[in-house]
Amino acid sequence: MTAPDLIRLSGVAKRFTKAGQGITIFDHLDMGIGRGDFVAIMGPSGSGKTTLLNLLGGIDQPTGGEIWFDGARIDRLPEGRLADWRANNVGFIFQFYNLMPTLTALRNVELPLLLTPLGRAERRQRAEIALRIVGLSDRLGHYPREMSGGQQQRVAIARAIVSDPKMLLCDEPTGDLDRGTADEILRMLQLLNREMGKTIVMVTHDPEAARYAGRILHLDKGRFVENELAGARVS
Amino acid sequence: MPRLLAQIAAVTAINVKSMPQRAWLSASTVVAVALVVAVLLSFLAMANGFEQTLRGTGSPEVAVLLRGGAGVEINSSISRDQVRLVEEAPGIARGADGRPLVSAELYVTVDGRKRAGGSKANVTLRGMGPEGAAIRPGFRIVGGRMAQPGSAELMVGQSLVREFAGFDLGSRVRIANADWTVVGVFDMGGSVFESELWADIATVQSLFRRTNVFQSIRVRLDAPDRLPALRAYLDADPRLKLDAKSEVAYFADQASSTITLIRFLGWPLAIAMAVGALAGALNTMYSAVAARAQEIATLRCLGFGGIPSFVGTLIESLLLALLGGLLGAAVTWAAFDGVTASTLGSGFTQVVFAFRLSPVLVFQGVVLALVVGLLGGLFPAWRAAHVPIVRAYGNG
Ligand SMILES: Nc1ncnc2c1ncn2[C@@H]1O[C@H](COP(=O)(O)OP(=O)(O)O)[C@@H](O)[C@H]1O
Ligand SMILES: [Mg+2]
Repeated sequence: MTAPDLIRLSGVAKRFTKAGQGITIFDHLDMGIGRGDFVAIMGPSGSGKTTLLNLLGGIDQPTGGEIWFDGARIDRLPEGRLADWRANNVGFIFQFYNLMPTLTALRNVELPLLLTPLGRAERRQRAEIALRIVGLSDRLGHYPREMSGGQQQRVAIARAIVSDPKMLLCDEPTGDLDRGTADEILRMLQLLNREMGKTIVMVTHDPEAARYAGRILHLDKGRFVENELAGARVS
Repeated sequence: MPRLLAQIAAVTAINVKSMPQRAWLSASTVVAVALVVAVLLSFLAMANGFEQTLRGTGSPEVAVLLRGGAGVEINSSISRDQVRLVEEAPGIARGADGRPLVSAELYVTVDGRKRAGGSKANVTLRGMGPEGAAIRPGFRIVGGRMAQPGSAELMVGQSLVREFAGFDLGSRVRIANADWTVVGVFDMGGSVFESELWADIATVQSLFRRTNVFQSIRVRLDAPDRLPALRAYLDADPRLKLDAKSEVAYFADQASSTITLIRFLGWPLAIAMAVGALAGALNTMYSAVAARAQEIATLRCLGFGGIPSFVGTLIESLLLALLGGLLGAAVTWAAFDGVTASTLGSGFTQVVFAFRLSPVLVFQGVVLALVVGLLGGLFPAWRAAHVPIVRAYGNG
C-alpha cells in the first residue's frame, strides 16, 4: 500500500441490544479502503453490511475500535461535527432513492448545497451540472413520481455528488431495478469512480453488480473474506 | 446563521407541501381549532356587543337614585315622601313649566313573545310620569304620540317592536287583566330603553298593586358636574338613604357584572374545547412526523441538523392552527357579527343588543389557536428532531 488509505477500520466492534438481548455484529473488524477504490461488499442477509455502511458514513457509532477517514478519527465526533463531516465528505445512495416526493429533481439535488455558503444562483447552477452528469438535463422540473426508478436513482446520484464528496456509500443501489437499468446505474458509478476519482463503497447481493467494482469483500459472521477480481472489471 | 435559516426554509417547504398527503387529518385539525375559536369569539362578541349597548345607554346628565345599597332597580324601593324631598334638591334642571325634571319610576316584568320562533321572554314595563321622556336625552317619538297620564296606553321602544310580536303601533295588548293600546313608538339611539314598554306610573302602580311604591328616581342634572351637590343634599338628610350615580356609571356597573359572567362562561368552555383540539393537533403532527421519518433521516444523512426538522414541524403545526383560527374568526364574523340577540339583562328582562366582533377579539381568538398549535407541535417536533438517522434505510 503506497498512499495511506482513505478509510481505516481498526478493531471495530458493533453490538446491539434488542429486547434485552445483546447481539454482536462485529467483534474485531480491520479494513482499509484506498483512495479511488471501488469496493463491493457482499454477504448473506443480516451479516451486517448495512451496519458497516452506517459506520463508514458516520450515521452510527461503533461500540469499540477506531474509524479513521482521511487521517482524522471520526468515530467519536459529536453529532453536530459528524453532520458537518457527512455533508463535506460523503454522498449517500439508497436502494429506494430516498428523494423528497414534494420537490422537483432540481430541488432535490440542490438540498445538500443548502448546507454550504453558496448563493441561490450558484446552487442552482451546480445542481444543473450534477443532473447533466447523470444525463437528466431535460428533467429538472420533474417530480420523483413522474420518473422511472432508474431516473430517480440517477437524481439520487446527482444529489450524492453535487457537493463533491470524496466518498460515495451505496446500499443496494440497484436492488430495486431491472437488469438493464441496473447496468446503466452501475456504469455511471464506475464512471464517477474512474473519471472523477470518487471512492465508492457499494453493498450488493448481486454478483453481476459486484463485478463492476475493483474489489469485493465478503462479509460473513463478522469477518471479511477478500476476493480481488483482477481483470474482472466490466468495461 | 444564514445556513440554518435556509435549512429551516427548505424543511418547512417540504413539510407544507406534504400536507395534502394528510389532507383529512390536517383538515380535521383545522376544523377543530376553528370550532374552538368560533365558540370563544361568539361569547366574546356577545359580551362586547352587550357592553357597547349598555355603555351607549347612559347619559352623564342623568343621575339614577336608588335605595342605599340596592345596586339595581329591582332591589330598590322608594317612597312618595322621598320623591318629594328629592324634587327640592339642588343641581336639578327644570322643564319649560318650571317643574324640576325628576322621574320616579317603577318597573315590572311582563310576558312577550319573540317574532322569531315565537318563544316567550320577559319584557320590561316601566311606569313613569310625563317627565320620564323629558329627562332622557335622545328620546324621540318616531310613530304615534306620547301616552296620556292616567291612561292604559303604552309607548314601545323600536328594538322591542322589531324583536317581539304584538307591539306594533295601534295594537291592543292584554297585561295584568287590563287592555292596553300601543299609541307611540320611540327611538333612543339603540339604548336598553328601546327594549322597554313605557306606561303611566299611576296605572302601573294600581294594576300591579304597588300603590305609592317606586324603585328609582331619575333626575336631569343642570350639568354633569352638579352630581356632588345632589349627593351632599342626600347625605345631609337622614330621611334620604339613597345612592346617586350618574347613569353612565350605573349602566357601566351593571354591564360589567353581566359581561364578566359571559366572559367567564366563554373562556373555560373554549379552553375545555381547546384541550380536545390539542389532542387532535398532537395526533395529526405525530402522524406527520411518523410519515416523514424516512425523509427526516435522509436529510440528516445529508448533513442537516435536528433543528430544521424541529422548527419545520412546529411551523407546520402553527400554520394549521392559524388556518383554524382565521377560519373560526371568519365563521363567527359571517354567522354572528351584527346579528341582534336579546338576553337576560339587568333585573332579568330582555335587553336587545348585537354581537360585535372587534380586531382585539379576533386577535385573542387567533392567540388561543396558536397556543393550541404550539403545544400540539412541540412534542412531535421534539420527536422529529430525534428520529434515528439509520431510519433513512427504511424500517430500521
Ligand atoms: N438498530 C438496530 N438494533 C438492533 N439490531 C439491529 C439494528 N440494526 C441492525 N440490527 C441487526 O443487526 C444485524 C445486521 O443487520 P444489517 O446490517 O441490516 O444486515 P444486512 O444489511 O447485511 O442485511 C441484523 O440481525 C439486524 O437485525
Ligand atoms: Mg442491508
